[in-house]
Amino acid sequence: MEHIMASFFIFILAVFVGFEVISKVPPILHTPLMSGSNAISGITIIGALICAGPKNFELTTALGLVAVIFAMINVVGGFAVTDRMLCMFKRKKGEKSS
Amino acid sequence: MKFFLIESCYIISASLFIFGLKLMNRVKMARLGDFLAAIGMLIAIVITLILPNVINYKWIFIAVLIGSIIGIVWARVVPMTAMPQMVGMFNGFGGLASALVSCSEYLRAGESMTTFTLTIVMLGTFVGAVTFTGSTLAYGKLEGFVEQRPVVYPLQKTINLLLSLASLGCGVVVILNPNEIISYWVVMALSSILGVLLVLPIGGADMPVVISLLNSYSGIAGMLTGFVLMNDGLIVAGTLVGASGIILTKIMCKAMNRSLANVMFGTFGKIDEAQAKGQSKEYVGVKSCTAEEVAIILENATQVIIVPGYGLAASHAQHAIGELAKILEDRGTKVKYAIHPVAGRMPGHMNILLAEASVPYDRLYEMDVINPEFEQTDVALVIGANDVTNPSARNQPGSPIYGMPILNVDKAKSIVVIKRSLSPGFAGIKNPLFENEKTVMFFDDGRAAVEQITKEVKNL
Repeated sequence: MEHIMASFFIFILAVFVGFEVISKVPPILHTPLMSGSNAISGITIIGALICAGPKNFELTTALGLVAVIFAMINVVGGFAVTDRMLCMFKRKKGEKSS
Repeated sequence: MKFFLIESCYIISASLFIFGLKLMNRVKMARLGDFLAAIGMLIAIVITLILPNVINYKWIFIAVLIGSIIGIVWARVVPMTAMPQMVGMFNGFGGLASALVSCSEYLRAGESMTTFTLTIVMLGTFVGAVTFTGSTLAYGKLEGFVEQRPVVYPLQKTINLLLSLASLGCGVVVILNPNEIISYWVVMALSSILGVLLVLPIGGADMPVVISLLNSYSGIAGMLTGFVLMNDGLIVAGTLVGASGIILTKIMCKAMNRSLANVMFGTFGKIDEAQAKGQSKEYVGVKSCTAEEVAIILENATQVIIVPGYGLAASHAQHAIGELAKILEDRGTKVKYAIHPVAGRMPGHMNILLAEASVPYDRLYEMDVINPEFEQTDVALVIGANDVTNPSARNQPGSPIYGMPILNVDKAKSIVVIKRSLSPGFAGIKNPLFENEKTVMFFDDGRAAVEQITKEVKNL
């Protein structure tokens, strides 16, 4: 119970931090913000790894492994595409980047 | 000691997420922010792999590899115009992963769970499944596989409400008696159906709101998973995303002057049908013109404001318009871009499309900043934008879009509209701007039109 309250406390603080940090992002960066935060929501990968962890092969591990695949698409794709977009913003006239 | 190490690493990765998002406030620092957040994720993943009960390395490695390859390839090849649906689908995958984790935990240890944990498991399953099927449908709508117009049928809200109550009921059954596995599957099934039904009545124009909202849900699903596993790193990261999604949803709703409830359960489609009956959709006095005439109008202008809409993206005209703008600038004309908050199909979408076409980002102006400037502007060049320029939003109280903040294009000294035809935009209504005596229309595909105009300007 103590741990639950501590986690709840952390949760409430995170709500405030989230609103505070994100409400200042200018509209020009809304799409990268979204795909970047989208990648962060792939943090559920941690849960997926824990579920997929045990060596004995059961339905629960299989579900975990499927979750790992989808969470990884979310994480890797999200960060990669955000970087791709932000690269375009950085690009100056006449200068090419990959 | 190991516990200490693991917890410290989660704290570091959570801090990197927060710091990374903070850096996303500024264009110059944003890339570093994304990189730091990715490092945070890497730390979290690596530290999870050394947990004592995570030993299934071979299979985990394969799963990680498959996911990473799909993710990286998708991110590399996706065209910028298809960004909204890709982000939407990724949201869905995050939601699905969270639902699967909740499911796996329930099947493994459901019987020994406390009421609190069971409640969270049920919520996680519900939110995760709704996010997944809702996002999948949103993907289909944006990609054009599924009908984009709102799908409405009798008793829609009642059915949704009944389904929600039914899944709530089954959820309570499982919480009270964890052995009721069938009830668990019923919740899973009902929430999957509910995700589809909730997105069905939402039209293409409202997709930016839906995508933002689903983004928030995917974060909330992750946060709930954090409570199931009692992992603070997950809780913090999930909550951050939940908060960011909610803020973007709010911004999008404000830009369309509608409440979230109105977008989700509103009758946008219905009002528009009623309107269509009472009001003629016929246009009178529309002036059409040639590329040469447009070139002459542009040539004589001191300041031009380009108003891009989704039509620009659809015809891939962003590169052509960038070139035209450059030629005009070289001749001493001031060129600015007016970006409506819901231009494109997700928050900030138009900025990305123009950035891809190497338009310097300091030429892109937000609606509130640029609106007062239209009066001193010689030419407003509208490309593939419709509803966001519709003066009805300002002066026709009966219009379905009345009250929506728009770009005051009609205040410019002259207006050039490039559009394929006089067909209505997402809102399905007539745009009096096209009949304005200051307006000339150039009917063609966006890209072809801009290329012709560019050629004519060069010849002048």
